[in-house]
Amino acid sequence: MNGSIAVAEAGYDEVLRDVMTFLNDQTKRRYEITESTNMARDLNLDSLAVMDVLLALEDKFDVSIPINHLAEIQTVSDLARTIIDIKKG
Amino acid sequence: MSLLARFTHVANNYGKATALGANPFKVRMEKVISPTEAIVNGRQTTLAGTHNYLGLTFDADCIEAAIAALRQEGTGTTGSRVANGSYSHHRGLEDELAEFFGRRHAMVFSTGYQANLGMLSALVGPDDHLVIDADCHASIYDGCKLAGAKVTRFRHNDPADLEKRLRRLAAEGGNKLIVIEGIYSMLGDEAPLREIVEVKKKYGAYLLVDEAHSVGVLGERGRGLAEAAGCEADVDFVVGTFSKSFGSVGGFCVSDMEGFDLLRVASRPYTFTASLPPSVMASVRAALKALQERPELRRKLHDNAALLYGELSRSGFTLGPVVNPIVAVRLEDPETAIRFWNGLLERGVYVNLALPPATPNGWSMLRVSVSAAHSAKQLMHIAAVFRDVAYDLGILEMPVRAAAF
Ligand SMILES: Cc1ncc(COP(=O)(O)O)c(C=O)c1O
Repeated sequence: MNGSIAVAEAGYDEVLRDVMTFLNDQTKRRYEITESTNMARDLNLDSLAVMDVLLALEDKFDVSIPINHLAEIQTVSDLARTIIDIKKG
Repeated sequence: MSLLARFTHVANNYGKATALGANPFKVRMEKVISPTEAIVNGRQTTLAGTHNYLGLTFDADCIEAAIAALRQEGTGTTGSRVANGSYSHHRGLEDELAEFFGRRHAMVFSTGYQANLGMLSALVGPDDHLVIDADCHASIYDGCKLAGAKVTRFRHNDPADLEKRLRRLAAEGGNKLIVIEGIYSMLGDEAPLREIVEVKKKYGAYLLVDEAHSVGVLGERGRGLAEAAGCEADVDFVVGTFSKSFGSVGGFCVSDMEGFDLLRVASRPYTFTASLPPSVMASVRAALKALQERPELRRKLHDNAALLYGELSRSGFTLGPVVNPIVAVRLEDPETAIRFWNGLLERGVYVNLALPPATPNGWSMLRVSVSAAHSAKQLMHIAAVFRDVAYDLGILEMPVRAAAF
């Protein structure tokens, strides 16, 4: 599975940590956020809120994350992986 | 799993919205009396949520033109223009629109929704970029999906944020099309068009402005925000709708772009749907004439907007940032907004309920849309009813003087 490959890659842990910190701030630490947290279901983020998370993360990581990726981004881990993939170009 | 199971959260919100009174999504206009009055639940109701900006839905010239077209050309075209041909009203309306906007080309769509779908999907492809204001209308988001281009959002009305995002995309190939609106339908605020044009030029992008809520409303001649801001030459595409100021249904795009006519075969939401019925186009042509020949309608609209905005603002309501025909009243939470909306309807005032996620910043709002057809008396009544409901719900303190009587 490509998941395990991505996890092994350098940078994943850092990006994941940053994403989790960011989401914790956004949701005012109301949830226990882990790698497998589903943003819509577990964090109660509606589609617009998830897009706003992307918007803010674009600035944090200085990348462009087209919203076309949204369909593939469900969990916190998906999000971190997408950012890494995009950063690699 | 049932096909509709993924809408469980929608059903929950829907249930909450309807549990507090009438169903905000199923209001029945039992009898429409005029652009500003209808019978709802057996009650005479003042309409202030219909985007009927110039009040032309009952305009005698528009109605007569529609009736004449019905008699002459029948009830419908029964197909697309590609298959069934263009009627005289199709070309006539397009020519008049092009002339009105001072553009070389105009193209009419069956709705404003389809105009956005049709333009966005045809103008850009998978290798291109759409850079859209985060608060854009659902039809723009859906157009983005159909286009298949990479879609980047920028923070609402923030040219510096737009620039930052275009800078990040600078190294990538493909065309960049910026999409914004003239007046935004949720808060009634306007795009900072001149600043956005500066950014557009700097990065060699194209610009499309959806003037759905600003044609007939802004600009000396009613051509919209681009005219008001004095930068029509730098707006590559203006999209609009006939469902608001024109009092009918349909959409359009005008442009000076070379080769624009190619879109008639390249734009699927144009090609693969039935064209507008002659009667609709005839009423729209009469409305376009009224819009040009009766600038007093626009002046009345703005006076009316200022009157209502001033009344509500002085009463202590939190409103959108600018005085425009959309007056957005911000409330604490969805439940308060729903209760407020019901309170208004029970007292015979109809406005729009706007709840997250359709709203910016997750706000819960009531949207009042002002018409040139409202009388000052109706607007004062709307404001008085707003105060009544607010006192009832404990949102505003009853002024001591008023309470003493
Ligand atoms: C900004 C905007 N664009 C497009 C549309 C769609 O227009 P229509 O009702 O003609 O489909 C609307 C409103 O409905 C709108 O507010």
